[in-house]
Amino acid sequence: MALEIQDVPALQSPELKFEKRTFVRPDNVFKLVVGMFAFVVIVLLVWLGLQLYLSSQLAFHNLGFWGFIKGTTWDPVTGVFGALPFIYGTLVTSFVSLLIATPLGVGTAIFLAELSPKWLRRLLQPLVELLAGIPSVVYGLWGIFVLSPLMAMTVEPFLQDAFGYLPFFKGYPLGIGMLTASLILAIMIVPFIISVSTEVLSTVPVPLKEGMYALGATRWETVKRVSLPFAKSGISGSIVLALARALGETMAVTMVIGNTPKMSLSLLDPGYSMAAVIANEFTEATTSSYLSALVAVAFILLLITLIVNGAARWLIWRTTQSR
Amino acid sequence: MANHTEQVRRTVLSGSGFVYWRRKISNTLFTVLFSSSILIVLLPLLLIVGYLFYKGASSVNLNFFIHRPAPVGEIGGGMGNAIIGSLYVVGLASAMGIPIGLLGGIYLGEFPHSKLSTVTRFVADVLNGTPSIVTGVFAYTVVVLPMKSFSAIAGGFALGVMMIPTIIRTTDEMLQTVPTSIREASLALGVPYWRTVLSVVLRSAKSGIVTGILLAVARVLGETAPLLFTSFNNAFYSYSLSEPISTLPVQIFNYAISPYRDWHRQAWAGALVLVMAILIVNMGVRAFSKQKYEHTL
Repeated sequence: MALEIQDVPALQSPELKFEKRTFVRPDNVFKLVVGMFAFVVIVLLVWLGLQLYLSSQLAFHNLGFWGFIKGTTWDPVTGVFGALPFIYGTLVTSFVSLLIATPLGVGTAIFLAELSPKWLRRLLQPLVELLAGIPSVVYGLWGIFVLSPLMAMTVEPFLQDAFGYLPFFKGYPLGIGMLTASLILAIMIVPFIISVSTEVLSTVPVPLKEGMYALGATRWETVKRVSLPFAKSGISGSIVLALARALGETMAVTMVIGNTPKMSLSLLDPGYSMAAVIANEFTEATTSSYLSALVAVAFILLLITLIVNGAARWLIWRTTQSR
Repeated sequence: MANHTEQVRRTVLSGSGFVYWRRKISNTLFTVLFSSSILIVLLPLLLIVGYLFYKGASSVNLNFFIHRPAPVGEIGGGMGNAIIGSLYVVGLASAMGIPIGLLGGIYLGEFPHSKLSTVTRFVADVLNGTPSIVTGVFAYTVVVLPMKSFSAIAGGFALGVMMIPTIIRTTDEMLQTVPTSIREASLALGVPYWRTVLSVVLRSAKSGIVTGILLAVARVLGETAPLLFTSFNNAFYSYSLSEPISTLPVQIFNYAISPYRDWHRQAWAGALVLVMAILIVNMGVRAFSKQKYEHTL
């Protein structure tokens, strides 16, 4: 017969029960403490959003939220603030940079995941990561002194000769402008497309590919008919993620975009971006309405990146779910 | 029907015929395209690193590391104060980011399916995607405005906020890869749960967590945008928490957009030093993860 609790007098003593009930378990304290630190992160984001929203009230108060977004004049002297030129510059440079970076990034990812031998992949992938590790300000420095003279002397005159009849390549080849900014952005975001896409392409089940090869398909046919459709939403996710990076990128763009708050259809013309106007003018903002307008630009930038990031996470999440 | 299949098989395998050549050519074409895209991607890397050495290497000397910036027109001077300032601000950021990230990450990794974990994980990802300049504006409104002065602590706060998501997510992932059997072995020996987590689970996930921390440091070391209007700039050596302080990235930016040749030269030198520092931290990461790899083997 097994020993029951009621058989042992010591275990029935009231002191023991009493002690058991009031004893603060260290494990619960531990869980509470680490849980509080996890909660701090949530508090931080809510605080960030709220703080920016409250500090931008003054700017929204004058023109209204949509009025501020739709306003095309940005004149700190007279106190008229409209954010549209910056939103335009941010969107145009980001989308043009995606146009350049997407084919290169996906092509490289296909090379790394499907074509290259393992040793070559192990050699090249750290180099791609290095490209992502170079600070934005160094890209900007290189952009000012190397890329922009190159654009002004050779690339932009060539584009004008070849496509000068298009509205995108009118104007004077300054080397400083939205095209140069887009090019720098493309170089900076391509590592993000490559690393996520390579990872997603590596999850394509080998039996599917083997099936294609067994049917006599070439490598390209396998990539086109099996790997790409399988990894489609993951790759789109990586592109949207890269878009979010491009939207918020500051230093390199500030240094080569030309910092002129006007909207031009020509990519050769100088423009301005949301992040750049904050970087350039924040320390100069002397009046409270000026400062509030700049915080409002930051708030809109935050909203846009939130939406884009959400879309990216959803796309990537969908691929990993289907796996 | 059978005859038809046979015919197709022959056409494909015989190495002649239009279909065969079209498929072969498109295959070669795309192989060449994909292979050349990696070359195009790596070309800027080669150009940037090449120019950094070409324009910067000759200016990196002892003076560069110990002197503070010379006034306009005077040749010479260095970025000593900016290098120390960068280390100072990143140190402040680590003092804020590492404890929050590490302890929060322990919660996520140890209670991965709780509601708080799910929400925090999502929030950390959102915070990670927030542009650094927006974080800078946040730091400005909550630290610089109340203190009425640009300060080292404001810069540290901005970078600290940026470090948290990276550290919390790597700690989370690393703790989840620790096998349950290790926890059970420790618990079976009578070790309380909190002690198990701190001395056994954390220790077996150590190299992964250190990797995450180093990655976060490497990321904020090169950040410029949030520092422009938080820690601002300072022409002198400064060790005060409440005063503006010079940092290497901000100094590079100011010199790069200046009209002086000598300052451009120094900007290149600063950029070279910065990239090398980040490279060294990244190599440290590699050494750590390699160590872990060999350990498990």
